[in-house]
Amino acid sequence: MEQNPYLPITMKLIKNLCETEDKLINTFTLEFLSKEDEENFKYMPGQFAELSAYGAGEAPFGIATSPTEPGIIKFSVAKVGCVSNALHLMEEGTMVGVRGPMGNYYPMEEFKGKNLVIIGGGFAFTTLRSMAVYMLDEKHRADYGDITVIYGARNPGLLLYKEELAEWETNPNINLVTTIDRPAEGWTKRVGFIPTITEEVAPSSVNTYAVVCGPPAMIKYTLPVLEKLGFPPERIYTSLEMRMKCGLGICGRCNIGPKYVCKDGPVFSMAQLKELPSEY
Amino acid sequence: MKITKEKFGQSFDALAADYQIIAPVSDAGGVNYKAVKSFSEVKQDYLNSKLPPKSFLFPQHEKLLSYKKEGKDVTIKNELKVGKSILFGVRPCDAKAMLLLDKVFKNDEYTDPYYYERRDNSVIIGLACNKISPTCFCSSMSISPASSEGSDIFLIDLGDSYQVEVITEKGKALMAGLEELVELSAEEQALVDTIKSAQTASKVDVSTITAKLDKMFDSPFWDTLHEKCLSCNACSFACPTCHCFDISEEVHKNEGSRVRTWDACMAPLFTLHGSGHNPRDKKKARWRQRMMHKFNYFVHNNGDIACVGCGRCIKSCPVNLDIRQVIDGVNNVELVVD
Repeated sequence: MEQNPYLPITMKLIKNLCETEDKLINTFTLEFLSKEDEENFKYMPGQFAELSAYGAGEAPFGIATSPTEPGIIKFSVAKVGCVSNALHLMEEGTMVGVRGPMGNYYPMEEFKGKNLVIIGGGFAFTTLRSMAVYMLDEKHRADYGDITVIYGARNPGLLLYKEELAEWETNPNINLVTTIDRPAEGWTKRVGFIPTITEEVAPSSVNTYAVVCGPPAMIKYTLPVLEKLGFPPERIYTSLEMRMKCGLGICGRCNIGPKYVCKDGPVFSMAQLKELPSEY
Repeated sequence: MKITKEKFGQSFDALAADYQIIAPVSDAGGVNYKAVKSFSEVKQDYLNSKLPPKSFLFPQHEKLLSYKKEGKDVTIKNELKVGKSILFGVRPCDAKAMLLLDKVFKNDEYTDPYYYERRDNSVIIGLACNKISPTCFCSSMSISPASSEGSDIFLIDLGDSYQVEVITEKGKALMAGLEELVELSAEEQALVDTIKSAQTASKVDVSTITAKLDKMFDSPFWDTLHEKCLSCNACSFACPTCHCFDISEEVHKNEGSRVRTWDACMAPLFTLHGSGHNPRDKKKARWRQRMMHKFNYFVHNNGDIACVGCGRCIKSCPVNLDIRQVIDGVNNVELVVD
């Protein structure tokens, strides 16, 4: 009998860190309890997992760590519902359940030899962080060309992974552009919405892929900018969110047309999405 | 070949010692499938059950796992249970529906162990329909009132006896003990032929519906179709191919279980995101999903239409929203050629 895909493995919450000044997004660091569990959890940037807070339930979240970071996985989760609230309130040391990894991932093979423009807005930066860390890893960095990250939030306090961003600022292997929506005291970097800043930065589309994640409005207004810069739909990727339960393509709620976001996604190219009904 | 009901009943009762036998019984003003111990409990004359027998493979409410929390620790118990079953008196539409559910619960990546433990340990004894309900339209769905597809053993009721066809190896193994098969009389053979050639009176044309729906997502057809629907979900719950489910938690103090429960795409909360966004927030979108899933998406994913023409949704709809009329409606839409 193959493995029961509904049974989570048990992992230990070793860190419950508040990421943002509005206190609505926490990053959970989970530790594998055995080498065997870790070996069975082979994942790639862009995949997600179903995280269980026993007593509250289970919900799907993108994996924020890169497979190049051993021993742990991280999730950055907004406090919006029953499961996420329970997770936010959870004491470090508590055991949680994890099912996964699930879904497809960013086409890291296809990206090889190409430049990457990673565009993220708000807290949709989690799996983009995974991808950036993956490419920055010394084993992989030579596989990819220039890496540009354009990352924005409403204000400086809402940016995720602030220490890491500070490190990227001075890292010659990555070109980081951060922006906030409106001027704020002490902020000396760019100010403006993601589509405007993308237009200002004007990354070349030659031999380049773009990966865009963020609120629907941000994506909607960023796509025409990328088009103007010469990115064809086949070279623009995004990751979609949907309400999910099983994560296995069975329970029937996360479909867009005949595709299940949990199994056939969550990563889609704009060319693929153009073939599907606009029901997401 | 045939077997007398008397002999069949004796074997049936003997099998009840080793198998859980699910069969049609009189129930609350209708017929439904229930666990029985003796052939005498089995309802002999019925059109079809109110609810499909799918619930014995995919229960309406089912524990997936249970857990116990102690301080920061948790222990988890798999609630997967195994047992041998016989599903007796399954109509051809419902037997075909199980073949369709098989495709859902096993895809290219995952096998649902809760469904397949039951499925692999169940023997389906199908029973031809001697009488046909006015809401039946299986003949339009590549099925017929006497098709044996999906059954392991297939029976045709001849009054005092059953004509027996052993369809699969599983059926053969179960029938091994039944040696008292005798030849049909010429009269009985004529009756079998009549039943086998019967067609449902009600018909729909689904020959082009999948291709048509490929081009109909944005059609104004959906604008009014849903208006009288109450979103009560009765159609989904009565449907032998509907398989959507919810997974939730049942908790008491420091113990709990994770359960799955039938859910339906007609429910407004079915697709509601944590953020408040809902991709199918309108009834129009949900009705379109119901039709698209059965007659288009399912065909693209699994090569078959996910409707078997059992007519239960027609019988159970409180506002007479008849899927046959919806199919006709789709057929009558004139596509705007661009």
